[in-house]
Amino acid sequence: MTTAEQGTGRGGLPLRARLASTVSRTASALSRAAGRGDGSVIGGWLGLKIDPDLLKHLAAGRRVALVSGTNGKTTTTRLTAAAMGVLGDVATNSLGANMPTGHTSALARAGHTPYAVLEVDEHYLKQVIDATHPVAIALLNLSRDQLDRAKEVAMMATLWRDAVRDRDSRIVANADDPMVVYAAREARHVTWVASGQRWHDDSWVCPACGAHIVRAGEEWACAGCDLRRPVPQWRVDGDAVVDPYGNRHQLMLQLPGRVNRANAATALAVAAQFGVDPAAALPRLATVASIAGRYATVERDGRTIRLLLAKNPAGWLEAFDMAERAPTLLAINARDPDGLDTSWLYDVDFSPLQGRRVLITGDRAMDLAVRLEVNEVEFEHVPTFAKAVAAVPPGRLEVIANYTAFQDIRAELNRVN
Amino acid sequence: MSTEPTSGYAPPPEPSGFAPASRSGPRHRAAGDDPASESALRIVWLCPDLLSTYGDRGNMLILARRAYVRGIPVETIEVRSDEPVPQEGDIYLLGGGEDGPQALAAQRLNANQGLHRAVARGATALVVCAGYQLIGTSFFAKGAKCAGLGILDITSDRGATRAVGELASEADPALNLPTLTGFENHGGRTHLGPGLTPLARVTTGVGNDGATEGVWHGKIIGTYMHGPVLARNPALADLLISWAIGSPVAPIDDTWPNRLRAERLAAIRG
Ligand SMILES: [Zn+2]
Repeated sequence: MTTAEQGTGRGGLPLRARLASTVSRTASALSRAAGRGDGSVIGGWLGLKIDPDLLKHLAAGRRVALVSGTNGKTTTTRLTAAAMGVLGDVATNSLGANMPTGHTSALARAGHTPYAVLEVDEHYLKQVIDATHPVAIALLNLSRDQLDRAKEVAMMATLWRDAVRDRDSRIVANADDPMVVYAAREARHVTWVASGQRWHDDSWVCPACGAHIVRAGEEWACAGCDLRRPVPQWRVDGDAVVDPYGNRHQLMLQLPGRVNRANAATALAVAAQFGVDPAAALPRLATVASIAGRYATVERDGRTIRLLLAKNPAGWLEAFDMAERAPTLLAINARDPDGLDTSWLYDVDFSPLQGRRVLITGDRAMDLAVRLEVNEVEFEHVPTFAKAVAAVPPGRLEVIANYTAFQDIRAELNRVN
Repeated sequence: MSTEPTSGYAPPPEPSGFAPASRSGPRHRAAGDDPASESALRIVWLCPDLLSTYGDRGNMLILARRAYVRGIPVETIEVRSDEPVPQEGDIYLLGGGEDGPQALAAQRLNANQGLHRAVARGATALVVCAGYQLIGTSFFAKGAKCAGLGILDITSDRGATRAVGELASEADPALNLPTLTGFENHGGRTHLGPGLTPLARVTTGVGNDGATEGVWHGKIIGTYMHGPVLARNPALADLLISWAIGSPVAPIDDTWPNRLRAERLAAIRG
């Protein structure tokens, strides 16, 4: 390393952090070259081995936003980074490596940027807040995910509550999810966004007192204590986001579905904490077309194939809302990253697919077959993705897959982004 | 292709809808509504607000469908933990849940005593995972010993390790069931009192204690095969229906459940 390099760029880093950062970037490059993923995890891991405070050093001097939640965090991170681009360069872990190793790698790779937007795995929120002192933290939602190893939802909400209490950060939180409201309401500075909650089955019981949550339209309140829906400052109205001043901002998203309009509202609310005018951010939100293959549209043999990722019951409901009324392939695996247990299939109501042509595939297609039969949804089983493409006529094919099934299909489509 | 008839079937409410007003079909009602047909097979799912962590609704959906396709009128009733347990049920279901909700369900069901009365008069019951532990005399939740419902002479305590994975077992020959297959995820170990018969002998997984799995007594079945256990075990579903209606049921097309069974049993053989 030359003297000149030391004096510029990340010149503020202590020697150990500088060394760790360089090793981290080199390892990432090696990992990518070897074809092992995008390298962000291995690089960050090595860097943190050399300097455990590396993430803290890399975050110092940047104004940081964090995004966490069970669903939508990758997309919201991407949208927030796009909105923040109005202000200047933004470092982000847009590849979904959302643990401290991934954050470390993303910041090291980005070099010096005034801003960073980081997607954070729900379980690591406190640790990453401690390391990055964020200006704003977006809390999207909490629901069941990967049942055979994750913590129960109410316990997660309590961890979040303890993580965000007594911080100077602005919490941008979903007013429609009782678990999120429970976590955020004791924070010093909270901005509420009406982001919606299609999935209610994890929030019938109050995390504060155990009584029932009563719902009426979009309002909800605990029958036993004072937990209730706060008045939102930001909301979605049709295709527009309404800001705290009542200004309507017409979205022109390429991303489908109501849930992505809500994600855009959260992104605008977070960016506003940094001084971004929503009107200035709108054209940048419109440029986001797909995220690591999610929502990507691929032409193959005359078929227009769109990829939707659904990792848990709440995600499946959102995917049904996004999918057009066209032949639809459902792909299910139960490998380690998916969770080995397929019981969640019975937490999802597949009846929105009734009347559509439905094809099924994946390691656990038989579990899905039995589920669809019980759900009165007609289907055909196909052994491979290629057979599914061949089975449908030219035109639109919607693909909804859980995590590893999605990655398998993405690989067949040359790792489409 | 899925081939079963679809005309005229009003399926029970699917997930994200136990709030009765939102999605009640003609054959579904909330506790406290007037009973519908006296002749319908009534399936009562207890405490869906507390014990529904692992797709437990599946058992209600599967029983309802298997009755319906045979022409048996069927009614499903979901009863929240703060509502009284209806007495006119034919099959009662209790599902799985975490420690806190499990302990709360035990308190509320003990205060109500409705499930106790129902099984005492001979109702059929399928109790799964946390629900299975609940019907015993004691279980452990959040590190403390809790009073169960005391319906059967069963005690549950903590095992050294959590049992997570495929669970396969050979059912008690008296039940005349094929190999049982399911998924287990629990930290408890369960001990049956004298005079109680295990549901099955474990061939893969842990079940009660690594050797036996579940319990059957009268018309009560308890099991550690969690969540939608009946998806992989249609013969067990039919056994419950036949107990409830008092006569055997005719076979139906089980092409897909049988393919699922074959695949899961092959997977554990490696
Ligand atoms: Zn409350």
